[in-house]
Amino acid sequence: MNINFTLIAQAIAFAVLIWFTVKFVWPPLLKAIETRQKEIADGLAAAADGRNALDVAAKKSEVTLNEAKQKASEIIGQAEKRGSQIVEEAKTTAKVEGDRILAGAKAEIDQEVNRAKESLRSQVSALAIAGAEKILRKEIDGKVHSEMLSKLAAEL
Amino acid sequence: MATEQALTPSEYITHHLTFNSKPIGDGSFWMLNYDSLIMSVILGVLVMGLIWWVARGATSGVPSKGQAFVELVFGFVDEQVKNIFHGDRHSFIAPTALTVFLWVLAMNAMDFLPVDVMHHFVYAPLGLEHWRSVPTSDINTTFALALAVWLLMIFFSIKVKGLGGWIHELFCAPFGSAKFFKPKSAMGFVGLILSPLLFVANFAFNIIEYVSKPLSHSLRLFGNMYAGEVIFLLIGLWAATGLTGTIFGAILGAGWSIFHILIVALQAFIFMMLTVVYLAMAHESH
Repeated sequence: MNINFTLIAQAIAFAVLIWFTVKFVWPPLLKAIETRQKEIADGLAAAADGRNALDVAAKKSEVTLNEAKQKASEIIGQAEKRGSQIVEEAKTTAKVEGDRILAGAKAEIDQEVNRAKESLRSQVSALAIAGAEKILRKEIDGKVHSEMLSKLAAEL
Repeated sequence: MATEQALTPSEYITHHLTFNSKPIGDGSFWMLNYDSLIMSVILGVLVMGLIWWVARGATSGVPSKGQAFVELVFGFVDEQVKNIFHGDRHSFIAPTALTVFLWVLAMNAMDFLPVDVMHHFVYAPLGLEHWRSVPTSDINTTFALALAVWLLMIFFSIKVKGLGGWIHELFCAPFGSAKFFKPKSAMGFVGLILSPLLFVANFAFNIIEYVSKPLSHSLRLFGNMYAGEVIFLLIGLWAATGLTGTIFGAILGAGWSIFHILIVALQAFIFMMLTVVYLAMAHESH
């Protein structure tokens, strides 16, 4: 194990190998690995962004759903109110119409009664006159007393 | 083992621990261990070439299995460097750590090649009398790596702190220095006496540190790999003694191989970590 010229030869070989590695081996490996690291980091960041966006969207949809539900219940309430209102109005209208019809009928009846009374009255007066005429034909002048009798009939 | 039966145990071990070294000049330093150099260069080109091939087609989309594996290694090394060094690690230190880790791991892993099989069927037919497969069990390899790291350490120290800052740190850290530029005060007088002593202590401490770093760095790896190889050889020796020896040698060899996986990976990891720590320390000012 004596030291000889191999020492220098090996040192030169070593220097050449180091130079080769520094120049040609290390840089492309480093570049590839760093680029991949960056890509992976970007991918992870994108995934995190996506998760966040999903959370936001879920929250938003929940809010929208709640709003829709509220609106729907409002609309239903309004419809119910409107329906009962319509029923109420119909009732009132029917009552008014009924009253009106009733009043019309009553008036007609009154009219009918009055007319009957009128004709009855005239017939009774005519009958009374006729009776009185038959009774009084002999003793009373028809012409004189008919005036008095029609006065009497008008008073009935 | 049949080919080795003519050898004595010590001859067998010596044979396997001899480098294929050729002189390239006069003197014992001017020798070149071809086996270490060729094996390490082949492994370096193979491993880093493979990684480069994957890195060239690297996509930021869904990775292929090969890319996923490379990214696993990349992430592992990058994580370690990130924990130790707080600066622009991508421009130099992290790639260096990756190179050191994978290269040393590959070189260490050559320990798993069965020595005798490789010699008998691969190296001997190629006409190679001596050929050692594990470059990191050659002190020249580990020391070359440690020395390169050591030079980088000094380079970054000077680059970050400036030459003046580096020299200042050599003399004024880690024990600090007394302020002696106030000669009127009593503390100034104490400082006048104390400062040269502190300079000496600091400088001695730093020299020891600068010497010990590459030594411990390189010898740790070398020692582990060398010892692992020797144990494989000892098991091989036993396996050559007969049927019983072959059976037990095979069992022990398998066991040691499995345990050695841990050592191979751990030593590569430790070597990388020390490299990163030394280079990170060079960036810190005291």
